[in-house]
Amino acid sequence: MLPTMQARRRLALLLLLACLPALAAARTLRYASQDDPQTLDPHSANLLATSRVTGNVYEPLVWRDKEWKVIPWLATSWSQPDEKRWRFRLREGVRFHDGSVLTADDVVFSVARALSPTSQLKVSLQGVEKAVKVDAHTVELVMAKPNPALLSHLTNFRIMSKAWAEKNGSTRPQDYTAKEDTFAARNANGTGAFKVKERQTDVKTVLVSHPDWWGHAAGMNEGNLTEVVMLPIKSNATRLAALLSGEVDFVLDPPTQDVARLRADPAVKVIEGGELRVQYIAFDVFRDELLYGKAGGKNPFKDLRVRQAVAHAIDAEAIRAKVMRGFSRPTGTILTPGVQGYSPDADVRPAYDRERARRLLAQAGYPDGFEVTLDAGNIQPAADIAQAVAAMLSQVGIRVRPNIIPQSNYFPKIEKYDTSFYVLSWGGGVTADALYTLQALLHTANRKGEGDFNMGRWSNARMDELIQQLQSERDPAKRAAASREALLLAGRELPLVTIHQPLIPWAMRRNVSAWFSPVNTVYFYKVRVE
Amino acid sequence: MHPRPFARREGGALMIAFVIRRLVQGVLVMLVVGFIAFSLFNFVGDPVALMLPPEATQADRQAMRENLGLDRPFYVQFATFVTNAVQGNFGISLRLGRPVSALLVERMPATLELAFIAASLALLVGIPLGVYTGLHRNSWLSRLFLAGSLIGVSLPTFLIGIFLILIFAVWLGVLPSFGRGDTTMVGGWSTGFLTASGLKALILPSITLGLFQLTLIMRLVRSEMLEVLRTDYIKFARARGLTSRAVNFGHALKNTLVPVITITGLQLGAIIAFAIITETVFQWPGMGLLFIQAVQFADIPVMAAYLCLIGFIFVIINLVVDMLYYLVDPRLRVDRTAVGGH
Repeated sequence: MLPTMQARRRLALLLLLACLPALAAARTLRYASQDDPQTLDPHSANLLATSRVTGNVYEPLVWRDKEWKVIPWLATSWSQPDEKRWRFRLREGVRFHDGSVLTADDVVFSVARALSPTSQLKVSLQGVEKAVKVDAHTVELVMAKPNPALLSHLTNFRIMSKAWAEKNGSTRPQDYTAKEDTFAARNANGTGAFKVKERQTDVKTVLVSHPDWWGHAAGMNEGNLTEVVMLPIKSNATRLAALLSGEVDFVLDPPTQDVARLRADPAVKVIEGGELRVQYIAFDVFRDELLYGKAGGKNPFKDLRVRQAVAHAIDAEAIRAKVMRGFSRPTGTILTPGVQGYSPDADVRPAYDRERARRLLAQAGYPDGFEVTLDAGNIQPAADIAQAVAAMLSQVGIRVRPNIIPQSNYFPKIEKYDTSFYVLSWGGGVTADALYTLQALLHTANRKGEGDFNMGRWSNARMDELIQQLQSERDPAKRAAASREALLLAGRELPLVTIHQPLIPWAMRRNVSAWFSPVNTVYFYKVRVE
Repeated sequence: MHPRPFARREGGALMIAFVIRRLVQGVLVMLVVGFIAFSLFNFVGDPVALMLPPEATQADRQAMRENLGLDRPFYVQFATFVTNAVQGNFGISLRLGRPVSALLVERMPATLELAFIAASLALLVGIPLGVYTGLHRNSWLSRLFLAGSLIGVSLPTFLIGIFLILIFAVWLGVLPSFGRGDTTMVGGWSTGFLTASGLKALILPSITLGLFQLTLIMRLVRSEMLEVLRTDYIKFARARGLTSRAVNFGHALKNTLVPVITITGLQLGAIIAFAIITETVFQWPGMGLLFIQAVQFADIPVMAAYLCLIGFIFVIINLVVDMLYYLVDPRLRVDRTAVGGH
């Protein structure tokens, strides 16, 4: 009798102990940011606010590690049988949130869905024509044209369940001219570490951990969250007040001017990291006469010496200290560390030297400078940078009039090349590959998908050649060499003058720890609350 | 704006004719509001610039623009909007990808509950304070109320909101700084009245929103009271030996109510329409927050529908206010056309 009693007590105690961690494990992260996700559809809007949710709920074939290198995810291995085909072996035993198992059919369906006309994610399948099922766990992507950066692109393409989408009439992403919204815009069924429990637009999105996530067994789970409440709070002051009062645990986007105050609060901590983005100003080097400005009937920006003068006149260090309050890293090239093809020897800023700038202007035939309008969108920090650059250039005689207009008017304007001088930023994080950035910014603009963001219409035959090489070359060493040469060429010719890479602060309660990803997105499977 | 007075005996029929005429005017008002709105939408910019990532290609942008019909002139877009709106289809929000009508219906309870509490607060506190300060002109308490009311009149709403958040949420930690708390669905209407957190969440936003109206009503009632108390009939009433309670509330206050109703009615519209700031400060998920986000996103379908809806609310409030006059002021019920026009 006695031993049994003891055994029973011991069992009860053991059970209790076993329960304790389970009880303590109910951990919620209340997460606040300015924007609400536009939709839950992973193929509808290619916007950050959306992928911050879909990136936690849906999963790609390949993903990235902490060094931002491509790693196996839903696909465990891949090969290229020939130029036109990529073959992916899918992970076994992956379950969607509704319990169904991931198969090749889901991948084939998702590729077709992301390539359909209403999808905004076509870019993440660049070069892909279609997907073909080989067997239940093998898929082939058939390429229309080669894409050496395909794996990088695929990190942004997420897999949806075919059966679920068909059952709920969501085989196509939202059509904005339709009468109704699609089911997949408000509901989700991915394979990710978190599933959507509740979604109220502009109020909250509640995620709970997915117990059958394959990552638990595969050792991918570094976090301990059981629930995430994502709260949009538009007003900066209110968002910070909610953090200080303890109503939220995490703020994605604290205004930089408040970071010093937050750091002084013992209950709160701030971490920061570099986003894969570069802020720059660029010139119209196409027209023979300035469209907006006065320079005696000429376009001074066609002269390299004038572009050099502008580069020498800009004090990126002062912009870092005053405009960015320390939250930037002055940079001399359009790619950032972490992007495939970045080359440190190209990352050199022209020295800040006003005298030299004045001399260069005089040599170019503008001893008294000239007048020009600098266009910028009204989002920060672009607008403040435009003001600062205007002041700095006026010191060397270039009289700059900043023209700051709403972002929704700014893009259509510069897209028509309706500018002489403009401020822009470019995020290379989507693919983290040189091709993506160089092709859009520095290739001759041909309105055929090349040079789409080369609004100054700079054109250089060697640059186009190098970009073509990057497009077709598969050997990593040769690609790196081509990219390095392109960056050095851009640094010499200065079709644009880079200013800095922004650093992003995240604010959180002291008991929260998170991994800063270079796309400014929180991946909740890496978040811990103690 | 001025209803034609009508006689009591044919009042019923005339009243219906009056209401119908006002409703027709309301439709015209909404059409004009919509037309002006659409001609202004050219200046809010291109929603496509925000719907696509900054790195989207030009071909993508152009395709999106054509798909949404944004490349057509504004009067064509307006005609399409009206045609669809008549059929009850206000389009899809460009920001959220959901039908605009569903969004507005979903947000309306939050705004109306907030407006209702703010307006009640303004009336239930404003009128007694106005009466008190009117009766006891020189007491120190009256002076205190009047000085305090200057804050409500002069401080901008967002500042009051931020102060309240700082004091009650950050320092004291007793009230929430944002949101609506837990809501319950009662037949398609999401209400915050039934939960403790919902009621707590209402306190700061409704004070913020109602403070200006409260001080306005208090000052209005006070000056009307001072005016009325000087009139002969109040003196006669006192001379007849009526209690001061009967004089002050039965006679004086009642006669101050006509201007108070006018102002309250118009202010109720203003509370609903301009809850935008309060809703933004407190992340209150109402129509105002929806609108301000639509403006930032150049979400044309939401802006158009919201502006027309607000136009409609103002028309309805004006109509109700005009009808209330007849209830409060018996003189208006006499057919004055018979005695020589207005």
